[in-house]
Amino acid sequence: MIHSLFLINSSGDIFLEKHWKSVVSRSVCDYFFEAQERATEAENVPPVIPTPHHYLLSVYRHKIFFVAVIQTEVPPLFVIEFLHRVVDTFQDYFGVCSEPVIKDNVVVVYEVLEEMLDNGFPLATESNILKELIKPPTILRTVVNTITGSTNVGDQLPTGQLSVVPWRRTGVKYTNNEAYFDVIEEIDAIIDKSGSTITAEIQGVIDACVKLTGMPDLTLSFMNPRLLDDVSFHPCVRFKRWESERILSFIPPDGNFRLLSYHVSAQNLVAIPVYVKHNISFRDSSSLGRFEITVGPKQTMGKTIEGVTVTSQLPRGVLNMSLVPSQGAHTFDPVTKMLSWDVGKINPQKLPSLKGTMSLQAGASKPDENPTINLQFKIQQLAISGLKVNRLDMYGEKYKPFKGIKYMTKAGKFQVRT
Amino acid sequence: MTDSKYFTTTKKGEIFELKAELNSDKKEKKKEAVKKVIASMTVGKDVSALFPDVVNCMQTDNLELKKLVYLYLMNYAKSQPDMAIMAVNTFVKDCEDPNPLIRALAVRTMGCIRVDKITEYLCEPLRKCLKDEDPYVRKTAAVCVAKLHDINAQLVEDQGFLDTLKDLISDSNPMVVANAVAALSEIAESHPSSNLLDLNPQSINKLLTALNECTEWGQIFILDCLANYTPKDDREAQSICERVTPRLSHANSAVVLSAVKVLMKFMEMLSKDLDYYGTLLKKLAPPLVTLLSAEPELQYVALRNINLIVQKRPEVLKHEMKVFFVKYNDPIYVKLEKLDIMIRLASQANIAQVLAELKEYATEVDVDFVRKAVRAIGRCAIKVEQSAERCVSTLLDLIQTKVNYVVQEAIVVIKDIFRKYPNKYESVIATLCENLDSLDEPEARAAMIWIVGEYAERIDNADELLESFLEGFHDESTQVQLQLLTAIVKLFLKKPTETQELVQQVLSLATQDSDNPDLRDRGYIYWRLLSTDPVAAKEVVLAEKPLISEETDLIEPTLLDELICYIGTLASVYHKPPSAFVEGGRGVVHKSLPPRTASSESTESPETAPAGAPPGEQLDTVPTQGDLLGDLLNLDLGPPVSGPPLATSAVQMGAVDLLGGGLDSLMGDEPEGIGAPSFVAPPAAAVPANLGAPMGSGLSDLFDLTSGVGTLSGSYVAPKAVWLPAMKAKGLEISGTFTRQAGSISMDLQLTNKALQVMTDFAIQFNRNSFGLAPAAPLQVHAPLSPTQTVEISLPLSTAGSVMKTEPLNSLQVAVKNNIDVFYFSTLYPLHILFVEDGKMDRQVFLATWKDIPNENEAQFQIRDCPLNAEAVSSRLQSSSIFTVARRNVEGQDMLYQSLKLTNGIWVLAELRIQPGNPSFTLSLKCRAPEVSQHVYQAYETILKN
Repeated sequence: MIHSLFLINSSGDIFLEKHWKSVVSRSVCDYFFEAQERATEAENVPPVIPTPHHYLLSVYRHKIFFVAVIQTEVPPLFVIEFLHRVVDTFQDYFGVCSEPVIKDNVVVVYEVLEEMLDNGFPLATESNILKELIKPPTILRTVVNTITGSTNVGDQLPTGQLSVVPWRRTGVKYTNNEAYFDVIEEIDAIIDKSGSTITAEIQGVIDACVKLTGMPDLTLSFMNPRLLDDVSFHPCVRFKRWESERILSFIPPDGNFRLLSYHVSAQNLVAIPVYVKHNISFRDSSSLGRFEITVGPKQTMGKTIEGVTVTSQLPRGVLNMSLVPSQGAHTFDPVTKMLSWDVGKINPQKLPSLKGTMSLQAGASKPDENPTINLQFKIQQLAISGLKVNRLDMYGEKYKPFKGIKYMTKAGKFQVRT
Repeated sequence: MTDSKYFTTTKKGEIFELKAELNSDKKEKKKEAVKKVIASMTVGKDVSALFPDVVNCMQTDNLELKKLVYLYLMNYAKSQPDMAIMAVNTFVKDCEDPNPLIRALAVRTMGCIRVDKITEYLCEPLRKCLKDEDPYVRKTAAVCVAKLHDINAQLVEDQGFLDTLKDLISDSNPMVVANAVAALSEIAESHPSSNLLDLNPQSINKLLTALNECTEWGQIFILDCLANYTPKDDREAQSICERVTPRLSHANSAVVLSAVKVLMKFMEMLSKDLDYYGTLLKKLAPPLVTLLSAEPELQYVALRNINLIVQKRPEVLKHEMKVFFVKYNDPIYVKLEKLDIMIRLASQANIAQVLAELKEYATEVDVDFVRKAVRAIGRCAIKVEQSAERCVSTLLDLIQTKVNYVVQEAIVVIKDIFRKYPNKYESVIATLCENLDSLDEPEARAAMIWIVGEYAERIDNADELLESFLEGFHDESTQVQLQLLTAIVKLFLKKPTETQELVQQVLSLATQDSDNPDLRDRGYIYWRLLSTDPVAAKEVVLAEKPLISEETDLIEPTLLDELICYIGTLASVYHKPPSAFVEGGRGVVHKSLPPRTASSESTESPETAPAGAPPGEQLDTVPTQGDLLGDLLNLDLGPPVSGPPLATSAVQMGAVDLLGGGLDSLMGDEPEGIGAPSFVAPPAAAVPANLGAPMGSGLSDLFDLTSGVGTLSGSYVAPKAVWLPAMKAKGLEISGTFTRQAGSISMDLQLTNKALQVMTDFAIQFNRNSFGLAPAAPLQVHAPLSPTQTVEISLPLSTAGSVMKTEPLNSLQVAVKNNIDVFYFSTLYPLHILFVEDGKMDRQVFLATWKDIPNENEAQFQIRDCPLNAEAVSSRLQSSSIFTVARRNVEGQDMLYQSLKLTNGIWVLAELRIQPGNPSFTLSLKCRAPEVSQHVYQAYETILKN
C-alpha cells in the first residue's frame, strides 16, 4: 500500500513529506530528480519510476509533483487516483492548491493526510466526511478558535462514515433549498489540413450543486438518454434503475459533486462548431513567410461562440512575426515561439482574422514541421451532443426546492493541423 | 494567521524554546507548541529531542491535541523505544473510551508505533476492538492486524488474529469486509503459501454483496481478491461476471481496471459461442476508451494495460483506433504508448488512416517520438502486407526530407521490410545509397551495409561503397564491424573476381588487428570456409534467410496469459511478471488463466492425487535432482534422424546462425557423445495400435461409473496432466499419461508449442528407473511444430531398459530435446501399467505362496468411500490385470483373494475384505518385495475410484 508521500515543487525542493508506515528516507527522491532532469518539460516526467527498493508514482498538478512511494505490488491506478484525490481535497479545503498555501496550512494538511490513509489504506476520501472530521480553515474560525480555545478537529464520528449513504451527512438544514445541475461538454477534436475531421469526441459531465434539507431522493430523466451509453457515475447513483429505466435516481451528497461523466464518440453525433481557415507558408528562398488565419462558426445551432483564443507553437526557425488582427489582441513570444491570439466573440457577419508575415532565420532551410493550431472557445446554453434534461423530481422531503439546469459547450483538446 | 508562523525561529534556539512552551500550564500555548513541533517534523527537521515533553501532553481530552501528539509519536517512537512505553497506558485507556472515534484512533495509532515492546501490549486492546460493537472501530482494527503482522508476524499468528480477520469477511458491514479483505491480501502477499484467502462459492457471494455497498477503495481490494478465484465452471464464471460488470461504469479508474481484470480472466472460461461472451466483449470497450480521457498519468497506466488487452483479445478495441490518435500536447510517455497500440490495431481496414497519421507524426518536433513513428510505418508494412507498398513510398517521402534522424530510422526499417518481402522493393536501393554519407548511428550504418551486402549483385558500385566503410574499420562499433565483415564476404561470393583484395583486407582486419573475440571468431570461420570449400561457403553465407514476421514484438503467449492475471498492477506497467522485479521475489505466486473447459475433467491426475498435492507442486514433491540428474545430463540427445550427418547439418546450422554471430552451433556438431547409449531405434512398428486409447478413456470412465462393470479390456487411463509447464521449457508444454492396452505400455504425450518459433527435432530419453521403462521407438513428430499448434503422440514403452531403483519407486525422469534446448522433468507412473495379463495364480499355488511369505511382509491398507460391491470390484480390477483367485464369504463379509504380477516377475498377493453396506475396504498385501505394496495399494485406489 502507499508508504509515503513527498511534495516537490518545480525547482526540485521537497517541501512536505508524510509517512504512513515506517519512514522512508527522502533520498529516494533522487531517482525522481534524475527522471525530472531527463524530461524536457515537467509534464513529461514519467508517472511510474522504479528504484532498487521502491516505486515512485507521481502526478503533476498546479506546478507541484505529488510523489507517492510504494514498496509492494500495488495497483498503480489506485495510487494515482488517490493522489489526484489528495490534490482535489487540498483545492477544496484551501481554494487553491499551491506551495505557499500548503505551507501556510501545514498542520491542517498533515491532519487531513492522516485521515485520508491509514497504514496506506484509504480511510476517508469523501470531502464531505473529511470536512466533518477536520474543519477547513476560515479566517473567522481561526479567530474564534483563538479566543475560545476550541479546535478545528471534530470530536464526533462522522455520521456518513458507516451509513448506507456514506457520501451524505445527516441532519442537513438549509433555509433556501436549491439544486443546480451544470451539463458541461468538452469537444476533443483533431482537424486535418483540409478541414476534415480526423477524430472528434465529446467528454461530458454533469456537475451538481445540491443544497437540500434532510434526506432528499432525486430522480433526473433525460429527453434522449440513448446518447449516454458510455457513462461513469458517482457512487450515489442507483445503477440498476439506470440499466432498466434509463433514469438517474440518487440520494445526493451535500454540496458540490460530479454526478456523472460521459463520453460520446460516435463521429456523426459530434458537431464541430467552428472552422479555421489557414494559410501558413514558408518559402525556401526568402526569409519571409506568410501567415493568415480566419476563424468562423460552423454548426452552432444559432448560439454565439465566445471566449475564443487561438494558440500555436511555431517552428524554431521563426524569429518574429508581424501580424494584424481584425479584432482582439495577439502576442508572440520569440523565445518560446508561442503565438497566442485572444479573439473574443465570433461575429458571423465579420469573421475575425489574423494576417501578416513571419520573419525566418536568414539562410536557414524552411522548417520541417508545420505548426498546429490550438483552439479554445465556449458556447453558452448549448450541449453540443444534444443532451437535454427532461425533468428533475424530488421524493422523501416535503418542501419545494428551487431547481436549475445550465448547459455549456467548451473546447477540450481542439487541434487544427496545418 | 497562518501556519507559516510555526516555521519562524528565534535566536535562542528553537528546541529550547519549544520545550519551555510544551511544559507551559496554558492549554492553548501547549497546543500551539505541539503544532510548531509537527510543522518542523513535516519539513524533515529533527525534533526527536522533545519526545518526553510531547508525550506529556498526550493525556488530554482535547481531541485535536491528542491527534497531534499521536502524529508525533508515530514518527519518533522508533528512535525512542523506552520513552514510547510511557505512552502505552494512555493507549490502553483510550481503547476503552466511550467515544468510538477515540477507540479507533488509539488502536490505529498503536499499530503505527513500530516498537516490539509496545506491540505486546497491543494484543489485548486489539482483540477487543476486533469485536467492537461499532463497525468504525472494527474496520480500523482490521487494518491494524495487517500493521502488526508487518512488525511481528509470529505474534499475529500465535494470537489467532488471522482467524478473527477471516471471520470479519462475513461481517454485516461492507466497509469492514473490504478492510478485512485488504488486510488479508496484504498479509497473504508476504506469505504466498499460506491459504489465507480461502475462497469458496459462499465467501465469493459475500464479497460480491459487499462489493455493491462499500467505498470505491474497498471495491478495488475486493475485485483484486475476486480475480484470484477460479470458478468451478463456466456458469459460475458467468454469474460472477454479471455481478462485476456494473463496476465498469464507476468514476474511479482503478475500480474500472480491476473490474476489467476480473472479466478478462473469467472470460477465458466462457465458451466463445455463448451470447453472453459477445455481450461482455462489447461492454469492455467503452470503459477502456473512457480511461483515455482521464489525466495523463492515468492514461499512461491505462494504455500499458490496453496494450496487453489488445494482444490477448484484439476484437475488443478493433473499432476504436481513433481514440489512440496522438494529440500534439500529450506528454511524451502517452504519445509513445498510443503509437504502440495503433500498430497493434492496424489492419487492412484502417491502414490508410493509420499511415496518414504516422506520416503526420513523423514531422513533429520531438525526436524520440518521430523516430518511433518512422519505425511504426515499417512495422505496419510488415504487419499488413497489402500496405507494404504504400509504407515504402511513405518512407521514401520521409527520406527526401533529409532530416538526419528520420533518414536513419527509415533505413533501419526498410532493411526489415526487405527481410519480410525479399526481391520486391529493390528499386529503392538507389535512393538509399544517396544517403550513405549522412548515416552516423551504428544501427543505421549496419542496416545500410546489410542491404548493400545482400543486394551486392544489383548495386554496381557495391565494392566501392563497402570499401569506403572499411577505411575507418576500427572506429566502427562492433555491430557495424560484424555486418561489414559479413557483407564483404557476401560480395566476394557473388562477385569473386573483382573483390578478392577487399575480402583479404577485411579478413585480416577482423582476425589479426581486432581484439574483439566475436569478430575474430567470425572472421576465422569465414576464412576457413572460404579456403576449404567455397561451395559450402556459398551455401552457408548466401543461404535463404527465414522471413521475419510482425510477431517479433509480441509478448510470448504464456507470459501474456500470466500478465492478463496482473492487469492493473505494476507488473502490467512493466510487462514483466512480478517475479522478475518485485523485491526479493517474496509473495510471488505464478498466476495463470483458468482453462476454458469447465467440465470435471480437471488437471488433477491420479499420479499426483495420492500424495494429496495440487498439480502445480508435483515437480517439487518428487525427490529427484542430484546425482540422478547428472546421469541424464550425460545422455546423448542427438537428433533422432542421424542419417548422413555432420557435413550437411553443419552447413544448415551455420547458415542460420552466422548473422547472429555464434560459433557455438558449428562446434556443437563435434561427435562428443560417442560412448553414450545409441538412439537408433527399431524402425518398424513404431506407431502402436492403441492410439485411440486416450480418447476412449473418458468414455470408459463413464461406463464404469454407471454399470460398475469394466467394459473395456484396457486398464484405467488417467487424464493427461501437465508434466512440463511451458514456462520452464521455453514455450514447450508437455502433458501426458500412461496407458496399458493389450499387453503393451505406452506413454501418451501431448506437445504444445507456446513459443513464437517453430519447434523441430524432438527426441526423448528416460533415465534408468526401477522397472527398466524405456522408449521402444523414437519420438515421432512428423512435422515441425508451429506456434500454438498441439500434437498428440503415443510413445510405446518397453521394460527392457536398464534398471536402477528410484525413490519413490515409481518415479521416472525424462529428458526431452528439441531444436531449442534440452528439458528435464520427472513424473510418477501408476503401477498398474506394469501388471501383466498372465498374473492369475493357481489356487493351490496362491495358498502356498501366501503361507510362504513371512508375515512381516504383509501390509494393510484401507480403501475408503468405495461404493462398489464385490462383483463390480472384481470385474473392474480384472480389467486392470488384477485377478481374483478365490472368493469366500465369512460372517457376511466378502473376502477376495487376488493376485497380480509385475513386468519384472514380482508377484503380489492380496486379500480384500468387503463388508456389505460399509464403503471402506480392507486390503492386505503380501509380496516378497514389500516396497511395492504401497504403490500397489495406490493402484487399487486409482482403479477402484475412477
